[in-house]
Amino acid sequence: MAAITRAEVEHLARLARLELTEGEIDHYAEQLSAIVDAVTRVSEVAAEDIPPTSHPIPVTNTFRPDVAQPGVDREEIAAAAPAWEDDRFRVPRILGES
Amino acid sequence: MAPVMDGDLVRQSAATLAAAMQAGDVTSVQVTEACLARIDTVDDKVHAFLHIDREAALATAADIDRRRAAGEDLGPLAGVPLALKDVFTMRGVPTTCGSRILEGWRPPYDSTVVERLRNADVVILGKTNMDEFAMGSSTEHSAYGPTRNPWDLDRIPGGSGGGSSAALAAFEAPLAMGTDTGGSIRQPAAVTGTVGVKPTYGGVSRYGLVALASSLDQAGPCARTVLDAALLHQAIAGHDPRDSTSIDAPVPDVVAAARAGDVRGMRIGLVRELGGEGYQQGVRQRFDEAVTVLTDLGADVVEVSCPHFEYALGAYYLILPAEASSNLARFDGMRYGLRAGDHADASVEQVMSRTREVGFGAEVKRRIMLGTYSLSSGYYDAYYGQAQKVRTLIARDFTAAFEQVDVLISPTAPTTAFKLGEKLDDPLAMYLNDIATIPVNLAGNCAMSVPVGLSPEDGLPVGLQIMAPALGDDRLYRVGSALESALVDRWGHILSEEVPSL
Repeated sequence: MAAITRAEVEHLARLARLELTEGEIDHYAEQLSAIVDAVTRVSEVAAEDIPPTSHPIPVTNTFRPDVAQPGVDREEIAAAAPAWEDDRFRVPRILGES
Repeated sequence: MAPVMDGDLVRQSAATLAAAMQAGDVTSVQVTEACLARIDTVDDKVHAFLHIDREAALATAADIDRRRAAGEDLGPLAGVPLALKDVFTMRGVPTTCGSRILEGWRPPYDSTVVERLRNADVVILGKTNMDEFAMGSSTEHSAYGPTRNPWDLDRIPGGSGGGSSAALAAFEAPLAMGTDTGGSIRQPAAVTGTVGVKPTYGGVSRYGLVALASSLDQAGPCARTVLDAALLHQAIAGHDPRDSTSIDAPVPDVVAAARAGDVRGMRIGLVRELGGEGYQQGVRQRFDEAVTVLTDLGADVVEVSCPHFEYALGAYYLILPAEASSNLARFDGMRYGLRAGDHADASVEQVMSRTREVGFGAEVKRRIMLGTYSLSSGYYDAYYGQAQKVRTLIARDFTAAFEQVDVLISPTAPTTAFKLGEKLDDPLAMYLNDIATIPVNLAGNCAMSVPVGLSPEDGLPVGLQIMAPALGDDRLYRVGSALESALVDRWGHILSEEVPSL
Protein backbone atom coordinates (compact mmCIF):
# COMPACT_ATOMS: atom_id res chain seq x y z
CA MET A 1 0.00 0.00 0.00
CA ALA A 2 1.54 3.25 -1.16
CA ALA A 3 0.42 5.33 1.78
CA ILE A 4 0.31 9.06 1.08
CA THR A 5 0.49 10.84 4.42
CA ARG A 6 -1.33 13.97 5.53
CA ALA A 7 1.99 15.81 5.37
CA GLU A 8 2.48 14.75 1.76
CA VAL A 9 -1.03 15.88 0.83
CA GLU A 10 -0.31 19.25 2.43
CA HIS A 11 2.92 19.48 0.47
CA LEU A 12 1.20 18.56 -2.83
CA ALA A 13 -1.56 21.06 -2.15
CA ARG A 14 1.02 23.76 -1.53
CA LEU A 15 2.83 22.94 -4.78
CA ALA A 16 -0.49 22.96 -6.65
CA ARG A 17 -1.69 26.18 -4.96
CA LEU A 18 -4.72 24.60 -3.32
CA GLU A 19 -5.70 25.85 0.12
CA LEU A 20 -7.30 22.64 1.41
CA THR A 21 -9.45 22.35 4.54
CA GLU A 22 -8.46 19.92 7.33
CA GLY A 23 -11.28 17.61 6.30
CA GLU A 24 -10.12 17.58 2.69
CA ILE A 25 -6.56 16.73 3.72
CA ASP A 26 -7.72 13.61 5.59
CA HIS A 27 -10.06 12.60 2.77
CA TYR A 28 -7.48 13.04 0.01
CA ALA A 29 -4.75 11.25 1.97
CA GLU A 30 -6.95 8.17 1.99
CA GLN A 31 -8.22 8.45 -1.59
CA LEU A 32 -4.89 9.33 -3.20
CA SER A 33 -3.24 6.36 -1.49
CA ALA A 34 -5.86 4.02 -2.94
CA ILE A 35 -5.57 5.54 -6.43
CA VAL A 36 -1.78 5.46 -6.47
CA ASP A 37 -1.92 1.88 -5.29
CA ALA A 38 -4.13 0.96 -8.26
CA VAL A 39 -2.26 2.87 -10.95
CA THR A 40 1.22 1.71 -9.99
CA ARG A 41 0.30 -1.64 -11.52
CA VAL A 42 2.11 -0.18 -14.53
CA SER A 43 5.38 -0.99 -12.76
CA GLU A 44 4.66 -4.72 -13.26
CA VAL A 45 5.43 -4.30 -16.95
CA ALA A 46 9.04 -4.97 -17.93
CA ALA A 47 9.78 -1.94 -20.08
CA GLU A 48 13.40 -0.93 -19.49
CA ASP A 49 14.23 -0.93 -23.22
CA ILE A 50 10.94 0.59 -24.36
CA PRO A 51 11.06 4.22 -25.52
CA PRO A 52 8.54 6.51 -23.81
CA THR A 53 5.65 8.01 -25.78
CA SER A 54 4.79 11.59 -24.93
CA HIS A 55 2.62 12.18 -27.96
CA PRO A 56 0.54 9.67 -29.90
CA ILE A 57 1.10 11.05 -33.41
CA PRO A 58 4.63 12.50 -33.54
CA VAL A 59 5.00 15.77 -35.42
CA THR A 60 8.07 17.97 -35.49
CA ASN A 61 8.85 21.51 -36.58
CA THR A 62 5.33 22.69 -36.97
CA PHE A 63 5.17 26.23 -38.25
CA ARG A 64 2.31 28.37 -39.42
CA PRO A 65 2.74 31.03 -42.10
CA ASP A 66 4.20 34.21 -40.61
CA VAL A 67 1.18 36.34 -41.41
CA ALA A 68 -0.29 38.94 -39.09
CA GLN A 69 -3.65 37.89 -37.62
CA PRO A 70 -6.07 40.04 -35.67
CA GLY A 71 -5.51 39.69 -31.92
CA VAL A 72 -8.21 39.41 -29.30
CA ASP A 73 -10.20 42.50 -28.42
CA ARG A 74 -8.78 44.50 -25.51
CA GLU A 75 -12.19 45.58 -24.25
CA GLU A 76 -13.40 42.01 -24.12
CA ILE A 77 -10.35 40.97 -22.13
CA ALA A 78 -10.88 43.84 -19.70
CA ALA A 79 -14.54 42.86 -19.32
CA ALA A 80 -13.56 39.28 -18.46
CA ALA A 81 -10.85 40.23 -15.94
CA PRO A 82 -11.56 39.66 -12.23
CA ALA A 83 -10.06 43.08 -11.46
CA TRP A 84 -9.10 45.80 -13.94
CA GLU A 85 -7.65 49.18 -13.07
CA ASP A 86 -5.86 51.92 -15.01
CA ASP A 87 -6.06 49.90 -18.22
CA ARG A 88 -4.30 46.93 -16.63
CA PHE A 89 -5.02 43.75 -14.70
CA ARG A 90 -5.04 44.63 -11.01
CA VAL A 91 -3.27 41.86 -9.09
CA PRO A 92 -2.56 41.28 -5.40
CA ARG A 93 0.87 42.17 -4.05
CA ILE A 94 3.52 39.83 -5.43
CA LEU A 95 6.36 40.63 -3.02
CA GLY A 96 6.66 40.79 0.69
CA GLU A 97 6.53 39.18 4.04
CA SER A 98 3.55 37.11 5.31
CA MET B 1 -39.98 13.37 -49.65
CA ALA B 2 -43.15 13.93 -47.67
CA PRO B 3 -43.33 17.23 -45.82
CA VAL B 4 -42.01 16.90 -42.30
CA MET B 5 -44.74 17.42 -39.71
CA ASP B 6 -44.06 20.24 -37.31
CA GLY B 7 -44.50 18.15 -34.16
CA ASP B 8 -42.01 15.58 -35.41
CA LEU B 9 -39.23 17.99 -36.30
CA VAL B 10 -37.19 17.36 -33.17
CA ARG B 11 -37.14 13.60 -33.77
CA GLN B 12 -35.71 13.86 -37.29
CA SER B 13 -32.10 13.18 -38.16
CA ALA B 14 -29.82 16.02 -39.19
CA ALA B 15 -29.64 14.55 -42.71
CA THR B 16 -33.44 14.47 -43.02
CA LEU B 17 -33.79 18.02 -41.69
CA ALA B 18 -31.11 19.32 -44.03
CA ALA B 19 -32.85 17.69 -47.01
CA ALA B 20 -36.24 19.07 -45.94
CA MET B 21 -34.79 22.57 -45.60
CA GLN B 22 -33.13 22.28 -48.99
CA ALA B 23 -36.42 21.17 -50.53
CA GLY B 24 -38.18 24.14 -48.95
CA ASP B 25 -40.48 21.96 -46.81
CA VAL B 26 -39.34 23.56 -43.59
CA THR B 27 -37.16 26.50 -42.55
CA SER B 28 -34.21 26.64 -40.20
CA VAL B 29 -36.18 29.03 -37.99
CA GLN B 30 -38.94 26.43 -37.67
CA VAL B 31 -36.46 23.67 -36.83
CA THR B 32 -34.59 25.88 -34.37
CA GLU B 33 -37.83 27.00 -32.71
CA ALA B 34 -38.90 23.36 -32.40
CA CYS B 35 -35.63 22.46 -30.64
CA LEU B 36 -35.85 25.49 -28.34
CA ALA B 37 -39.46 24.61 -27.49
CA ARG B 38 -38.41 21.04 -26.74
CA ILE B 39 -35.63 22.35 -24.49
CA ASP B 40 -38.17 24.55 -22.69
CA THR B 41 -40.38 21.52 -22.14
CA VAL B 42 -37.89 18.87 -21.03
CA ASP B 43 -34.67 20.48 -19.87
CA ASP B 44 -35.96 21.14 -16.35
CA LYS B 45 -35.91 17.37 -15.96
CA VAL B 46 -32.84 16.51 -18.04
CA HIS B 47 -30.57 19.51 -17.40
CA ALA B 48 -28.51 18.96 -20.54
CA PHE B 49 -27.85 22.68 -21.06
CA LEU B 50 -25.91 25.21 -19.02
CA HIS B 51 -26.69 28.08 -21.36
CA ILE B 52 -29.27 28.57 -24.13
CA ASP B 53 -28.17 31.04 -26.79
CA ARG B 54 -31.75 31.61 -27.92
CA GLU B 55 -31.69 34.97 -29.71
CA ALA B 56 -28.42 34.34 -31.50
CA ALA B 57 -29.57 30.87 -32.61
CA LEU B 58 -32.81 32.26 -34.03
CA ALA B 59 -30.99 35.14 -35.72
CA THR B 60 -28.51 32.70 -37.30
CA ALA B 61 -31.37 30.50 -38.48
CA ALA B 62 -33.21 33.47 -39.98
CA ASP B 63 -30.07 34.56 -41.78
CA ILE B 64 -29.60 31.07 -43.22
CA ASP B 65 -33.22 30.98 -44.39
CA ARG B 66 -32.78 34.37 -46.03
CA ARG B 67 -29.63 33.31 -47.83
CA ARG B 68 -31.21 30.06 -48.94
CA ALA B 69 -34.23 31.93 -50.29
CA ALA B 70 -31.84 34.20 -52.18
CA GLY B 71 -30.46 31.14 -53.93
CA GLU B 72 -27.16 30.88 -52.09
CA ASP B 73 -25.52 27.45 -52.22
CA LEU B 74 -25.34 26.25 -48.62
CA GLY B 75 -23.47 23.35 -47.04
CA PRO B 76 -24.90 19.90 -46.22
CA LEU B 77 -25.72 20.80 -42.59
CA ALA B 78 -26.94 24.36 -43.21
CA GLY B 79 -29.67 25.34 -40.79
CA VAL B 80 -29.36 22.24 -38.58
CA PRO B 81 -29.24 22.96 -34.80
CA LEU B 82 -26.44 21.68 -32.59
CA ALA B 83 -25.69 21.47 -28.85
CA LEU B 84 -22.12 22.51 -28.00
CA LYS B 85 -20.21 21.05 -25.07
CA ASP B 86 -19.25 23.83 -22.68
CA VAL B 87 -15.53 23.16 -23.16
CA PHE B 88 -15.39 24.95 -26.55
CA THR B 89 -14.83 28.69 -26.51
CA MET B 90 -17.45 30.71 -28.33
CA ARG B 91 -16.95 34.43 -28.53
CA GLY B 92 -19.17 36.34 -26.12
CA VAL B 93 -21.04 33.23 -24.99
CA PRO B 94 -20.48 31.89 -21.43
CA THR B 95 -17.94 29.04 -21.35
CA THR B 96 -17.59 27.40 -17.93
CA CYS B 97 -16.31 23.84 -18.50
CA GLY B 98 -18.72 22.93 -15.71
CA SER B 99 -16.54 24.81 -13.22
CA ARG B 100 -17.18 27.64 -10.75
CA ILE B 101 -13.76 29.00 -11.58
CA LEU B 102 -15.02 30.05 -15.03
CA GLU B 103 -18.53 31.08 -14.00
CA GLY B 104 -19.64 34.01 -16.13
CA TRP B 105 -16.54 34.00 -18.33
CA ARG B 106 -17.24 35.13 -21.88
CA PRO B 107 -14.33 34.18 -24.15
CA PRO B 108 -12.96 36.85 -26.47
CA TYR B 109 -12.53 34.37 -29.34
CA ASP B 110 -14.07 31.38 -31.14
CA SER B 111 -12.55 27.92 -31.06
CA THR B 112 -11.73 26.52 -34.50
CA VAL B 113 -14.58 24.01 -34.09
CA VAL B 114 -17.06 26.85 -33.51
CA GLU B 115 -15.63 28.77 -36.44
CA ARG B 116 -16.09 25.74 -38.70
CA LEU B 117 -19.62 25.16 -37.42
CA ARG B 118 -20.43 28.78 -38.23
CA ASN B 119 -18.88 28.39 -41.69
CA ALA B 120 -21.02 25.28 -42.21
CA ASP B 121 -24.11 27.32 -41.22
CA VAL B 122 -24.87 25.05 -38.29
CA VAL B 123 -27.13 26.72 -35.70
CA ILE B 124 -25.57 26.55 -32.22
CA LEU B 125 -28.39 26.32 -29.66
CA GLY B 126 -26.27 26.64 -26.53
CA LYS B 127 -23.71 25.05 -24.24
CA THR B 128 -24.09 21.61 -22.69
CA ASN B 129 -23.28 20.36 -19.21
CA MET B 130 -20.16 18.33 -18.47
CA ASP B 131 -18.04 17.03 -15.64
CA GLU B 132 -15.83 19.86 -14.43
CA PHE B 133 -12.98 20.30 -16.93
CA ALA B 134 -14.08 17.00 -18.51
CA MET B 135 -12.99 14.96 -15.48
CA GLY B 136 -15.57 12.27 -14.93
CA SER B 137 -17.88 9.67 -16.42
CA SER B 138 -21.26 10.83 -15.12
CA THR B 139 -21.56 14.70 -15.28
CA GLU B 140 -22.03 14.55 -11.52
CA HIS B 141 -18.76 16.46 -11.17
CA SER B 142 -20.33 19.52 -12.84
CA ALA B 143 -20.41 22.49 -10.47
CA TYR B 144 -23.87 23.27 -11.85
CA GLY B 145 -25.57 19.99 -10.95
CA PRO B 146 -25.77 16.69 -12.84
CA THR B 147 -27.45 15.96 -16.15
CA ARG B 148 -29.97 13.13 -16.10
CA ASN B 149 -30.25 10.26 -18.55
CA PRO B 150 -33.44 10.58 -20.64
CA TRP B 151 -33.82 6.78 -20.54
CA ASP B 152 -34.15 6.90 -16.73
CA LEU B 153 -33.93 10.23 -14.94
CA ASP B 154 -32.40 8.60 -11.86
CA ARG B 155 -29.38 7.51 -13.88
CA ILE B 156 -26.27 9.17 -15.24
CA PRO B 157 -26.02 10.18 -18.94
CA GLY B 158 -22.31 9.31 -19.02
CA GLY B 159 -19.47 11.77 -18.86
CA SER B 160 -17.83 13.96 -19.27
CA GLY B 161 -20.04 14.82 -22.25
CA GLY B 162 -23.32 13.84 -20.57
CA GLY B 163 -25.02 17.10 -21.49
CA SER B 164 -24.39 16.50 -25.18
CA SER B 165 -25.48 12.84 -25.09
CA ALA B 166 -28.61 13.65 -23.07
CA ALA B 167 -29.52 16.53 -25.42
CA LEU B 168 -29.53 14.01 -28.30
CA ALA B 169 -31.46 11.30 -26.45
CA ALA B 170 -34.02 13.85 -25.19
CA PHE B 171 -34.53 15.17 -28.76
CA GLU B 172 -33.38 18.64 -27.76
CA ALA B 173 -30.92 18.74 -30.69
CA PRO B 174 -30.13 16.43 -33.63
CA LEU B 175 -26.38 17.06 -33.37
CA ALA B 176 -23.93 17.71 -30.54
CA MET B 177 -20.23 18.29 -30.07
CA GLY B 178 -18.11 16.44 -27.56
CA THR B 179 -14.50 15.98 -26.55
CA ASP B 180 -12.92 12.65 -25.69
CA THR B 181 -9.83 12.37 -23.51
CA GLY B 182 -10.48 8.88 -22.14
CA GLY B 183 -13.97 8.11 -23.41
CA SER B 184 -15.97 11.31 -22.81
CA ILE B 185 -17.71 11.07 -26.19
CA ARG B 186 -18.04 7.29 -26.48
CA GLN B 187 -19.18 6.29 -22.98
CA PRO B 188 -21.98 8.93 -22.88
CA ALA B 189 -23.04 7.74 -26.36
CA ALA B 190 -23.13 4.13 -25.12
CA VAL B 191 -25.26 4.81 -22.05
CA THR B 192 -27.76 7.03 -23.92
CA GLY B 193 -28.19 4.88 -27.06
CA THR B 194 -26.59 7.48 -29.33
CA VAL B 195 -23.57 7.59 -31.65
CA GLY B 196 -20.26 9.20 -30.67
CA VAL B 197 -16.90 9.35 -32.42
CA LYS B 198 -13.42 10.10 -31.17
CA PRO B 199 -11.54 11.00 -34.36
CA THR B 200 -7.84 10.30 -34.86
CA TYR B 201 -5.74 12.50 -32.58
CA GLY B 202 -5.03 15.68 -34.53
CA GLY B 203 -8.00 15.10 -36.84
CA VAL B 204 -10.04 17.94 -35.33
CA SER B 205 -8.39 21.14 -34.11
CA ARG B 206 -7.91 21.65 -30.38
CA TYR B 207 -7.63 25.42 -30.77
CA GLY B 208 -10.07 27.03 -28.36
CA LEU B 209 -10.82 23.77 -26.60
CA VAL B 210 -10.09 24.25 -22.90
CA ALA B 211 -7.33 21.69 -22.36
CA LEU B 212 -7.58 18.74 -19.99
CA ALA B 213 -4.71 16.52 -21.17
CA SER B 214 -3.22 17.89 -24.35
CA SER B 215 -1.73 14.64 -25.67
CA LEU B 216 -5.09 12.83 -25.25
CA ASP B 217 -7.84 15.42 -25.92
CA GLN B 218 -9.74 15.15 -29.15
CA ALA B 219 -13.00 16.80 -30.21
CA GLY B 220 -15.57 14.80 -32.12
CA PRO B 221 -19.15 14.46 -33.35
CA CYS B 222 -22.19 13.16 -31.43
CA ALA B 223 -25.50 12.29 -33.11
CA ARG B 224 -28.39 9.85 -33.13
CA THR B 225 -27.34 8.21 -36.41
CA VAL B 226 -24.02 7.23 -37.96
CA LEU B 227 -24.62 9.32 -41.09
CA ASP B 228 -25.35 12.43 -39.00
CA ALA B 229 -22.11 11.91 -37.08
CA ALA B 230 -20.25 11.60 -40.40
CA LEU B 231 -21.74 14.84 -41.74
CA LEU B 232 -20.70 16.66 -38.57
CA HIS B 233 -17.26 15.02 -38.63
CA GLN B 234 -16.74 16.28 -42.18
CA ALA B 235 -17.73 19.82 -41.16
CA ILE B 236 -15.33 20.14 -38.21
CA ALA B 237 -12.29 18.07 -39.23
CA GLY B 238 -9.16 19.04 -41.11
CA HIS B 239 -5.85 20.79 -40.71
CA ASP B 240 -5.66 23.94 -38.58
CA PRO B 241 -2.41 25.95 -38.44
CA ARG B 242 -3.46 27.24 -34.99
CA ASP B 243 -3.10 23.74 -33.47
CA SER B 244 0.48 22.50 -33.73
CA THR B 245 -0.67 18.87 -33.35
CA SER B 246 -3.25 19.14 -36.11
CA ILE B 247 -2.65 16.59 -38.89
CA ASP B 248 -1.87 18.13 -42.26
CA ALA B 249 -3.55 15.45 -44.36
CA PRO B 250 -6.89 15.08 -46.14
CA VAL B 251 -9.87 14.13 -43.93
CA PRO B 252 -10.89 10.52 -44.61
CA ASP B 253 -14.16 10.43 -46.58
CA VAL B 254 -16.34 9.55 -43.62
CA VAL B 255 -19.61 10.54 -45.30
CA ALA B 256 -19.04 8.21 -48.26
CA ALA B 257 -18.11 5.44 -45.82
CA ALA B 258 -21.30 6.01 -43.79
CA ARG B 259 -23.37 5.93 -46.97
CA ALA B 260 -21.64 2.75 -48.17
CA GLY B 261 -22.06 0.88 -44.86
CA ASP B 262 -20.70 -2.39 -46.15
CA VAL B 263 -18.58 -4.84 -44.16
CA ARG B 264 -18.38 -7.69 -46.66
CA GLY B 265 -14.87 -9.09 -46.64
CA MET B 266 -13.73 -6.87 -43.78
CA ARG B 267 -11.63 -8.42 -41.04
CA ILE B 268 -12.93 -7.52 -37.58
CA GLY B 269 -11.00 -8.32 -34.40
CA LEU B 270 -12.61 -8.98 -31.03
CA VAL B 271 -10.26 -7.70 -28.34
CA ARG B 272 -9.83 -10.58 -25.90
CA GLU B 273 -8.83 -8.27 -23.03
CA LEU B 274 -11.94 -6.05 -23.36
CA GLY B 275 -14.93 -8.14 -22.38
CA GLY B 276 -15.75 -11.06 -20.16
CA GLU B 277 -15.21 -10.59 -16.45
CA GLY B 278 -16.25 -7.20 -15.09
CA TYR B 279 -18.70 -6.63 -17.97
CA GLN B 280 -22.44 -6.70 -17.21
CA GLN B 281 -24.26 -9.80 -18.52
CA GLY B 282 -26.70 -7.84 -20.70
CA VAL B 283 -23.86 -5.78 -22.18
CA ARG B 284 -22.07 -8.98 -23.19
CA GLN B 285 -25.26 -10.47 -24.59
CA ARG B 286 -26.06 -7.50 -26.85
CA PHE B 287 -22.42 -7.27 -27.88
CA ASP B 288 -22.32 -10.98 -28.83
CA GLU B 289 -25.53 -10.58 -30.84
CA ALA B 290 -24.00 -7.63 -32.70
CA VAL B 291 -20.97 -9.77 -33.52
CA THR B 292 -23.34 -12.31 -35.08
CA VAL B 293 -24.95 -9.53 -37.10
CA LEU B 294 -21.54 -8.44 -38.41
CA THR B 295 -20.69 -12.04 -39.32
CA ASP B 296 -24.02 -12.42 -41.11
CA LEU B 297 -23.27 -9.22 -43.04
CA GLY B 298 -20.15 -10.88 -44.43
CA ALA B 299 -17.40 -9.72 -42.08
CA ASP B 300 -14.69 -12.11 -41.00
CA VAL B 301 -14.62 -11.88 -37.18
CA VAL B 302 -11.62 -13.24 -35.28
CA GLU B 303 -10.28 -12.88 -31.75
CA VAL B 304 -7.22 -10.68 -31.26
CA SER B 305 -5.09 -10.21 -28.17
CA CYS B 306 -3.80 -6.82 -26.98
CA PRO B 307 -1.88 -7.93 -23.90
CA HIS B 308 -0.93 -4.49 -22.57
CA PHE B 309 -4.46 -3.08 -22.55
CA GLU B 310 -4.85 -4.24 -18.96
CA TYR B 311 -2.29 -1.63 -17.96
CA ALA B 312 -3.98 1.18 -19.90
CA LEU B 313 -6.08 2.43 -17.00
CA GLY B 314 -3.04 2.73 -14.75
CA ALA B 315 -0.96 4.49 -17.39
CA TYR B 316 -3.85 6.83 -18.15
CA TYR B 317 -4.32 7.86 -14.52
CA LEU B 318 -0.65 8.75 -14.29
CA ILE B 319 -0.39 10.59 -17.63
CA LEU B 320 -3.73 12.42 -17.57
CA PRO B 321 -3.41 13.97 -14.09
CA ALA B 322 0.18 15.00 -14.87
CA GLU B 323 -0.92 16.90 -17.99
CA ALA B 324 -4.07 18.20 -16.29
CA SER B 325 -2.22 19.55 -13.26
CA SER B 326 0.01 21.53 -15.57
CA ASN B 327 -2.79 22.70 -17.92
CA LEU B 328 -4.98 23.80 -15.02
CA ALA B 329 -2.20 25.93 -13.54
CA ARG B 330 -3.51 28.71 -15.80
CA PHE B 331 -6.57 29.09 -13.56
CA ASP B 332 -4.92 31.39 -11.06
CA GLY B 333 -7.56 34.12 -10.66
CA MET B 334 -5.41 36.82 -12.21
CA ARG B 335 -6.59 37.41 -15.78
CA TYR B 336 -10.02 35.80 -16.14
CA GLY B 337 -12.52 33.78 -14.17
CA LEU B 338 -13.02 33.71 -10.44
CA ARG B 339 -10.84 35.53 -7.91
CA ALA B 340 -11.32 34.83 -4.22
CA GLY B 341 -9.80 36.23 -1.01
CA ASP B 342 -8.56 39.40 -2.73
CA HIS B 343 -8.31 41.71 0.28
CA ALA B 344 -5.77 44.44 0.82
CA ASP B 345 -3.03 42.49 2.64
CA ALA B 346 -3.42 39.18 0.77
CA SER B 347 -0.46 38.05 -1.34
CA VAL B 348 -0.81 36.72 -4.87
CA GLU B 349 -0.06 33.20 -3.64
CA GLN B 350 -2.79 33.40 -1.01
CA VAL B 351 -5.29 34.69 -3.56
CA MET B 352 -4.36 31.95 -6.04
CA SER B 353 -4.65 29.21 -3.45
CA ARG B 354 -7.94 30.55 -2.12
CA THR B 355 -9.35 30.99 -5.65
CA ARG B 356 -8.43 27.44 -6.64
CA GLU B 357 -9.76 26.02 -3.39
CA VAL B 358 -13.21 27.57 -3.84
CA GLY B 359 -13.23 27.47 -7.65
CA PHE B 360 -12.37 23.80 -8.23
CA GLY B 361 -14.51 20.81 -7.26
CA ALA B 362 -13.40 17.62 -5.53
CA GLU B 363 -12.47 15.57 -8.60
CA VAL B 364 -10.42 18.39 -10.11
CA LYS B 365 -8.46 18.82 -6.88
CA ARG B 366 -7.93 15.07 -6.67
CA ARG B 367 -6.47 14.89 -10.14
CA ILE B 368 -4.36 18.02 -9.76
CA MET B 369 -2.74 16.54 -6.67
CA LEU B 370 -2.37 13.13 -8.29
CA GLY B 371 -0.63 14.75 -11.24
CA THR B 372 1.57 16.85 -9.01
CA TYR B 373 2.50 13.63 -7.21
CA SER B 374 3.30 11.63 -10.33
CA LEU B 375 5.51 14.45 -11.59
CA SER B 376 7.35 14.91 -8.26
CA SER B 377 11.05 14.29 -8.10
CA GLY B 378 11.71 10.81 -6.79
CA TYR B 379 8.53 9.40 -8.32
CA TYR B 380 8.82 10.69 -11.89
CA ASP B 381 10.67 7.70 -13.38
CA ALA B 382 8.70 5.06 -11.51
CA TYR B 383 5.30 6.59 -12.29
CA TYR B 384 5.10 9.06 -15.15
CA GLY B 385 8.13 7.69 -17.04
CA GLN B 386 6.94 4.11 -16.71
CA ALA B 387 3.41 5.11 -17.81
CA GLN B 388 4.86 6.64 -20.99
CA LYS B 389 6.64 3.38 -21.76
CA VAL B 390 3.43 1.44 -21.23
CA ARG B 391 1.82 3.89 -23.60
CA THR B 392 4.32 2.79 -26.27
CA LEU B 393 3.46 -0.86 -25.63
CA ILE B 394 -0.27 -0.17 -25.98
CA ALA B 395 0.35 1.60 -29.30
CA ARG B 396 2.41 -1.42 -30.42
CA ASP B 397 -0.47 -3.74 -29.47
CA PHE B 398 -2.71 -1.73 -31.79
CA THR B 399 -0.13 -1.80 -34.60
CA ALA B 400 0.20 -5.58 -34.31
CA ALA B 401 -3.58 -6.01 -34.18
CA PHE B 402 -4.14 -3.86 -37.27
CA GLU B 403 -1.73 -6.08 -39.19
CA GLN B 404 -4.28 -8.86 -38.72
CA VAL B 405 -7.60 -7.02 -38.91
CA ASP B 406 -9.17 -3.85 -40.36
CA VAL B 407 -10.95 -2.77 -37.19
CA LEU B 408 -11.20 -3.93 -33.58
CA ILE B 409 -14.41 -4.10 -31.56
CA SER B 410 -15.39 -4.31 -27.89
CA PRO B 411 -18.23 -3.20 -25.63
CA THR B 412 -17.89 0.59 -25.19
CA ALA B 413 -18.53 0.55 -21.45
CA PRO B 414 -18.57 -2.34 -18.97
CA THR B 415 -22.07 -1.52 -17.71
CA THR B 416 -25.21 0.34 -18.68
CA ALA B 417 -26.01 3.71 -17.05
CA PHE B 418 -25.64 3.52 -13.27
CA LYS B 419 -27.63 5.44 -10.68
CA LEU B 420 -26.77 9.03 -9.82
CA GLY B 421 -24.70 9.11 -6.66
CA GLU B 422 -23.68 5.46 -6.88
CA LYS B 423 -19.98 6.10 -7.63
CA LEU B 424 -19.68 9.78 -6.84
CA ASP B 425 -17.16 9.54 -4.03
CA ASP B 426 -15.52 6.32 -5.19
CA PRO B 427 -12.99 7.56 -7.76
CA LEU B 428 -11.62 4.12 -8.61
CA ALA B 429 -15.08 2.73 -9.36
CA MET B 430 -15.78 5.79 -11.51
CA TYR B 431 -12.49 5.40 -13.41
CA LEU B 432 -13.35 1.80 -14.39
CA ASN B 433 -16.12 3.07 -16.70
CA ASP B 434 -13.46 4.05 -19.20
CA ILE B 435 -11.53 0.79 -19.16
CA ALA B 436 -12.40 -0.06 -22.77
CA THR B 437 -12.17 3.44 -24.21
CA ILE B 438 -8.83 4.60 -22.77
CA PRO B 439 -6.43 2.52 -24.93
CA VAL B 440 -7.45 4.46 -28.06
CA ASN B 441 -6.70 7.83 -26.45
CA LEU B 442 -3.27 6.64 -25.35
CA ALA B 443 -2.42 5.40 -28.86
CA GLY B 444 -4.04 8.32 -30.70
CA ASN B 445 -6.09 6.27 -33.16
CA CYS B 446 -9.86 6.60 -33.61
CA ALA B 447 -13.02 4.92 -32.33
CA MET B 448 -16.82 5.08 -32.41
CA SER B 449 -19.61 3.93 -30.12
CA VAL B 450 -22.77 2.75 -31.83
CA PRO B 451 -25.95 1.52 -30.06
CA VAL B 452 -26.62 -2.23 -30.24
CA GLY B 453 -29.81 -2.56 -28.17
CA LEU B 454 -31.13 -2.53 -24.63
CA SER B 455 -29.68 -4.70 -21.91
CA PRO B 456 -32.35 -7.28 -20.99
CA GLU B 457 -31.92 -6.95 -17.22
CA ASP B 458 -32.48 -3.19 -16.97
CA GLY B 459 -33.81 -2.03 -20.36
CA LEU B 460 -30.94 0.45 -20.77
CA PRO B 461 -28.82 1.09 -23.88
CA VAL B 462 -25.64 -0.81 -24.72
CA GLY B 463 -22.91 0.53 -27.00
CA LEU B 464 -20.43 -1.29 -29.21
CA GLN B 465 -17.04 0.28 -29.74
CA ILE B 466 -15.30 0.14 -33.13
CA MET B 467 -11.59 1.03 -33.18
CA ALA B 468 -9.59 1.79 -36.34
CA PRO B 469 -5.98 2.81 -37.06
CA ALA B 470 -4.88 6.45 -37.09
CA LEU B 471 -6.45 8.22 -40.09
CA GLY B 472 -8.68 5.21 -40.69
CA ASP B 473 -11.73 7.09 -39.39
CA ASP B 474 -13.72 6.12 -42.50
CA ARG B 475 -13.59 2.47 -41.39
CA LEU B 476 -15.50 3.37 -38.22
CA TYR B 477 -18.32 4.77 -40.30
CA ARG B 478 -18.33 1.87 -42.73
CA VAL B 479 -18.74 -0.67 -39.93
CA GLY B 480 -20.95 1.50 -37.71
CA SER B 481 -23.34 2.25 -40.53
CA ALA B 482 -23.58 -1.40 -41.64
CA LEU B 483 -24.36 -2.48 -38.10
CA GLU B 484 -26.84 0.36 -37.61
CA SER B 485 -28.81 -0.43 -40.76
CA ALA B 486 -28.99 -4.14 -39.93
CA LEU B 487 -30.27 -3.32 -36.43
CA VAL B 488 -32.70 -0.68 -37.69
CA ASP B 489 -34.09 -3.27 -40.14
CA ARG B 490 -34.65 -5.58 -37.18
CA TRP B 491 -36.10 -2.95 -34.80
CA GLY B 492 -38.00 -0.91 -37.39
CA HIS B 493 -36.44 2.33 -36.10
CA ILE B 494 -33.29 3.73 -34.53
CA LEU B 495 -32.75 2.89 -30.87
CA SER B 496 -33.43 6.39 -29.55
CA GLU B 497 -37.03 6.10 -30.80
CA GLU B 498 -37.52 3.91 -27.71
CA VAL B 499 -36.57 6.61 -25.20
CA PRO B 500 -39.53 6.94 -22.79
CA SER B 501 -41.49 10.19 -23.21
CA LEU B 502 -40.34 12.78 -20.72
